[in-house]
Amino acid sequence: MNPTPALFISFESLEKVFETLIELIGFGESFGWLATLLAGISISFLIINVMVMATAFYTWFERRMIARFQVRRGPNRNGPFGILQPFADVLKLIMKEDTIPDEADKPVFTLAPIALLAPTLMIMIVIPFGTFLNKEAFLSNLNIGILFIIGVTSVNSIAIFMAGWGSRNKYAILGSMRGAAMLISYEIPMALGITSVLILSGSLAMTEIVRSQSVWFILVMPMGFFVFMAASTAEMSRTPFDQIEAESELGSGYNTEYSGIKFAVLFLAEFMAPIVTAAVVTTLFLGGSQGFDFFPGGIWFALKMFIVIFVLLWFRSTWPRLRIDQIMGFAWKTLFGLGLFNIFLVAAEFTLAREFNQIHDGSLTTDYMLIMAAVNWFITIAVILIMANVVGRKKYTRPEPTPSPLANMGMGEN
Amino acid sequence: MATIRTEPVTINLGPQHPSTHGVFRLRVTFDGEEIVDLEPVFGYLHRGTEKLAETRNYVQIVTLTDRMDYVASMSNNLAYVRTVEKLSDIEVPERAQYIRVISVELQRIASHLMATGFLLNDLGALATPLVYCFRERERILDLFEMLCGARITLSYMRPGGVFQDAPEEFWSSLNTLISDFPNYLDELESLITTNEIVLARTIGVGLLSDAQAIDSGVTGPILRASSVKWDLRKASPYEIYDRVDFDIPIGSSGDTYDRYYVRLQEMRESIKIISQCIKQIEPGPVRTETPFFIRPPIGEAYSSVEGPKGELGFYMVSDGGISPYRCKVRAPSFINLTPLRDMITGWKMGDLIIILGSIDIVLGEVDR
Repeated sequence: MNPTPALFISFESLEKVFETLIELIGFGESFGWLATLLAGISISFLIINVMVMATAFYTWFERRMIARFQVRRGPNRNGPFGILQPFADVLKLIMKEDTIPDEADKPVFTLAPIALLAPTLMIMIVIPFGTFLNKEAFLSNLNIGILFIIGVTSVNSIAIFMAGWGSRNKYAILGSMRGAAMLISYEIPMALGITSVLILSGSLAMTEIVRSQSVWFILVMPMGFFVFMAASTAEMSRTPFDQIEAESELGSGYNTEYSGIKFAVLFLAEFMAPIVTAAVVTTLFLGGSQGFDFFPGGIWFALKMFIVIFVLLWFRSTWPRLRIDQIMGFAWKTLFGLGLFNIFLVAAEFTLAREFNQIHDGSLTTDYMLIMAAVNWFITIAVILIMANVVGRKKYTRPEPTPSPLANMGMGEN
Repeated sequence: MATIRTEPVTINLGPQHPSTHGVFRLRVTFDGEEIVDLEPVFGYLHRGTEKLAETRNYVQIVTLTDRMDYVASMSNNLAYVRTVEKLSDIEVPERAQYIRVISVELQRIASHLMATGFLLNDLGALATPLVYCFRERERILDLFEMLCGARITLSYMRPGGVFQDAPEEFWSSLNTLISDFPNYLDELESLITTNEIVLARTIGVGLLSDAQAIDSGVTGPILRASSVKWDLRKASPYEIYDRVDFDIPIGSSGDTYDRYYVRLQEMRESIKIISQCIKQIEPGPVRTETPFFIRPPIGEAYSSVEGPKGELGFYMVSDGGISPYRCKVRAPSFINLTPLRDMITGWKMGDLIIILGSIDIVLGEVDR
């Protein structure tokens, strides 16, 4: 059941390599910890560098694409198609003076960017990237992978609050207060979305979740996908939920007082979030590295991630921002309800599947999943239509404007 | 049930802030996210336009008016030159009046586009609608460039007419623009008007009742959004406005959405006015001969036009010299800020920004 990760980038295999090396050099059994340490350092080095580079190109991509949405050209001066723009940006940020406000709580202020960046990087450890050379590739096949993700993302709200509180700036505190309220609220619908995935896959390990998706979960339970997508957009605090930064309201929100390399790290964490979210969404709902045989799984994974990133970017460039109370209302009144309803639906269908003997090896049969998909799409569309027409639109019917009787000064019949 | 008491926090919003539309400062007291008190502080862009006008001759003052409402300098020019014409009884040729109306209506569209774009930017739409608005505004600025060579600070009008006739290519470009523009407005509306988030954010926010609007002297689209049908172009027609047919769009309740939607409909009406003007305009002179140093007879005059932001009026006193004895501007942006406190108190931080954005102030005009 448990696949043996044999590619050179997995933690376990690296540990083995270092153990062999240490034995070859002639240290004894007592140096086993050294192998673990070296393997850990190598993996961290790998993740940090790959993710930082990915984020750099992502910022370039985002700026170019948003420019296209906005009938502009976007960065096109540094290098071909402006692809060196992120490096110029980072260079500029590094050379800037790194200021700390006098009134700031210095340790908290300094630690906040690191506390924000670290969890984002840590999520990548448990993502199964697909197959390379017919071997499964992941950095660590943690058996509680998804639980690890939920736990690690929760650190975000603390980090943002640290940044706001540490800088002793009213705008920053307003931003981080909003952040604390919002991020904690949206963790619940996010967890509900994940729970429905877990019911179907029957495992917390990410590789198992991918394997159980003989029909992608986006097809099986669109409502769960919608809830998870909305909640994770909020978790990254991007439009329409970008209350934490709210550029037009708070100046810059929690990172108002940051400059130089500290700001660069905050910026990095913020732009790494879409990549990580896309990776998680792909794993949970889009069948991870599954795809047709003519490409290796890794490429399918990247392709799906790219599509999710593009959709997130589309959200960002199109929608205005909601107000803070509307955002909280959306989390607790709409997403929470939808999430619970989705869990109920999926759980009921799962129980029925057991009645009809449609479960093999702990996961549902493909035929049953297809039936579920048909039923759930129908239900989802019905729920959305009902919500839009009965709850939503009714509020927005406008009365016909009638001229005020208080003034028609010489206007006559007009 | 007892609620936790929180300390109110006072924040200085501005003068340096991305969405106060210039160097406007608001001293806001928050209780959590809710606004309990608010005090506008202005004067950061005060350049003494009215005092400066006393040291310039009547033609030179035109350039000062450009710099007041710098997104709608055509309207400022018109309001000013009409006052001088009234003060010294200068007749304006008919063709000049048509050109003036066309250019002022173009300026109204440009100004409303900017107001709409920045309102959406304040709503947090990451500049996408803003750039779409600016794309069309750019075409209007190109037309102005054909008229007078300038794009922002136009100084196109003179007492007695306009300083030169519109060139040939202006008319063809204008025709393309007015045929394209309704489609463009439909495109913009499809992006904004029925957007669920825009509706949720703007409907019912920042209500200004009709009585309140009249009491505080508000004019322009804000007054009309509060369902008061009042437009100087109809109430006391100037130039050739009595010869064209147009409607006055009004809102139903006076919330932020109405202020947005009234502007959008006014742009459609302006297009209607321009296309009628193009049909009616006939060749002729565009400027009455006036001496360079106009010396109006001793007296005073007040004249106002319906600018993009409201009633823009100039009050001038002449002592018979080459420059006015006193020049007073009734700036709509400034007076429209009067009900700001009532509109904003009780709303949240995010609403403050969009209510201020929907009033559409230009600090050059507020502070003068």
